[in-house]
Amino acid sequence: MNLTKKLLALLALVPGFVFANEGTFPLDRAPERSDIASLQNGAKLFVNYCLNCHSASSMRYNRLRDLGLSEDQIKGNLLFSGEKVGDMMKVAMRADDAKTWFGAVPPDLSVITRARASSAGTGGDYLYTYLRTFYKDDTRPTGWNNLVVPNVAMPHVLWQLQGVRTVKMVEEPDPHEKGKTVHRFAGFEQVTPGSLSQPEFDTQVADLVAYMEWMAEPTRDLRKRLGAVVVLFLSLFAFLAWRLNASYWKDVK
Amino acid sequence: MGAAFKETKLPADAPKSQKALAWVDDRFPLSKLWQEQWGRYYAPKNFNVWYIFGSLAMLVLVIQIVTGIFLTMHYKPDSNLAFGSVEYIMKEVPWGWLVRYMHSTGASAFFIVVYLHMTRALMYGSYRKPRELIWLFGFATFLCLMAEAFFGYLLPWGQMSYWGAQVIVNLFSAIPVIGQDLSLWIRGDYVVSDATLNRFFAFHVIAIPLVLLGLVAAHLIALHEVGSNNPDGIEVKENLGPDGHGVDTIPSHPYYTTKDFFGVSVFLLIYSAIVFFAPEMGGYFLEYNNFLPADSLKTPPHIAPTWYFTPFYSVLRATTSDFMWVVMAGLAAYVVFIWLRSRLSYKTKIAITVLAVLVEIGMLPQVLDAKFWGVVLFGSAVVILALLPWLDHSPVRSIRYRPGWHKAVYGVFFVCFLVLGYLGTQLPTATYTLIAQLATLLYFSFFLLMPWWSTMGRFKPLPKRVTWTAH
Repeated sequence: MNLTKKLLALLALVPGFVFANEGTFPLDRAPERSDIASLQNGAKLFVNYCLNCHSASSMRYNRLRDLGLSEDQIKGNLLFSGEKVGDMMKVAMRADDAKTWFGAVPPDLSVITRARASSAGTGGDYLYTYLRTFYKDDTRPTGWNNLVVPNVAMPHVLWQLQGVRTVKMVEEPDPHEKGKTVHRFAGFEQVTPGSLSQPEFDTQVADLVAYMEWMAEPTRDLRKRLGAVVVLFLSLFAFLAWRLNASYWKDVK
Repeated sequence: MGAAFKETKLPADAPKSQKALAWVDDRFPLSKLWQEQWGRYYAPKNFNVWYIFGSLAMLVLVIQIVTGIFLTMHYKPDSNLAFGSVEYIMKEVPWGWLVRYMHSTGASAFFIVVYLHMTRALMYGSYRKPRELIWLFGFATFLCLMAEAFFGYLLPWGQMSYWGAQVIVNLFSAIPVIGQDLSLWIRGDYVVSDATLNRFFAFHVIAIPLVLLGLVAAHLIALHEVGSNNPDGIEVKENLGPDGHGVDTIPSHPYYTTKDFFGVSVFLLIYSAIVFFAPEMGGYFLEYNNFLPADSLKTPPHIAPTWYFTPFYSVLRATTSDFMWVVMAGLAAYVVFIWLRSRLSYKTKIAITVLAVLVEIGMLPQVLDAKFWGVVLFGSAVVILALLPWLDHSPVRSIRYRPGWHKAVYGVFFVCFLVLGYLGTQLPTATYTLIAQLATLLYFSFFLLMPWWSTMGRFKPLPKRVTWTAH
């Protein structure tokens, strides 16, 4: 039936109408870093740099065994202040202290890469860009600002690795409103060098982001591998069901 | 009083299973139920692909109930623990992630399947006499499904859960006089809170499913009482063969058992592909914002209900105070139209006019604001579906034998529904609102003018037998 086909074709188009870009700072694509060594490195960075202020309260330290780390390695390298290896990645900082010190409670990072996904990119892209676009801004209480989250409460935790940078802005006429101008980002200026070169730093951040993506859904790889088996099985099942049905209906006149 | 009880006597060497069945059948109509409801239920043999969605809806219902039971074992309906318990299910409960994805994908799959099931009914006139009650039971099931989805969506206690519930419950506060107290009563608190979560949990896991199951049973009993419609919309019971069954019918078992088997396998293939490869479905099935725990102090910039509610949500948002003048003009024109063109009795026309005048007064900005009427239109957009059996006056049931331009009318209606659905996921802009308003007008016109347009044009002659080519 012709109309039916047209309607079905229309339905097929629906998922294609994706959200338009919200017009924020364009996101870089996070490089694919899913090998075990990168994830282990990411875990180390996460525990060292993030876990002081942020929690990951649905994550157990010993889940890192899934990344090829032994319990002894976890105990020796990743537990600093008397946590047990079966503990959740909680944080000692109290919420109201955080509020006083930073003006905001640092969000729990368990599933942050899933929460930050949008039409502009995956949550990984968001974090990868966010962590690499801090710049020195003396008008802010922490002395740091960010291009992805303007006036962010979080300081540049990785500054020793990246070094100190300022940002160049140019004035441009506002495309949406005549007679007004907008600031447009025109590049960074390195003030003091960090301990890593820019490409090295990017790789470290990519590892960290890859770890956080893994942590948000540790079963993702299993899900996809299992999915392939299930889809294969169901394809076979569908084929048999199709032939079974045809053999019953061939006699119906 | 029936006949006295008599034990069925089978030969001593009859198989054990046969004896057991006879024993049960003497005490409970097991075989009879099976034969009446499926085994010897004669259905038209010309069902096409559109006829799979009823069975699929049953399948999804079972999936939702079974996965729901397992989720309930680990979920904590407590505002401090709910979000964490869902992550606990995702990360620590063995296979919890699979059960949760099956349930969340199942919710969207349920609506896709049910919307397609309803589309089928619309195209082939499956709600026409004598199937009005099947339609009404189905409609009530759809209402339950919407309630079930709404209550269930609060449970993960994410940002979108929280603010979605806040927005929808606040709609009730637009009702004059009782509104404020009513929304307070629904929430059990001044904002969505632990009390709200607990009662929504109760509704989601027991109250609504109980009603839902009863309605599905009624839907099926009514269907098997009057028999199925078919793509040609002709009555297969009017042309009986020597065996007393319709010449164009076929027993459901094994013919539709195997056909449904095939349909189910294709459905499961698509469903599994989503569960395993795209459970978030680009933020439509699991909204990104819902991976942030609920925060009563942080309103998200863009609150949108899940996709299956957005067509109706768009109607709500389209009802601005400017648009109310259009609605008022439309209502006035409709009443004039009824006086000129309707064959309703004089008394009914007077009653309609009085009611319309009262509503028009209510629509004045000095009386009730647009928000209230937005809620009314939002509800009406759903409820108007229930009236279809009495709005459709077409001499034929199926779209196959209607004038060509009727297909275009249906096409416009479906496009409006999809456009409203799409716009409901987007932030409103001036242009979008205008399009949504136009689509809203067309949506309601489709139903309200149906008594007239459905009778107009040249209808094709109905065949004596169903359209059928052997496989």
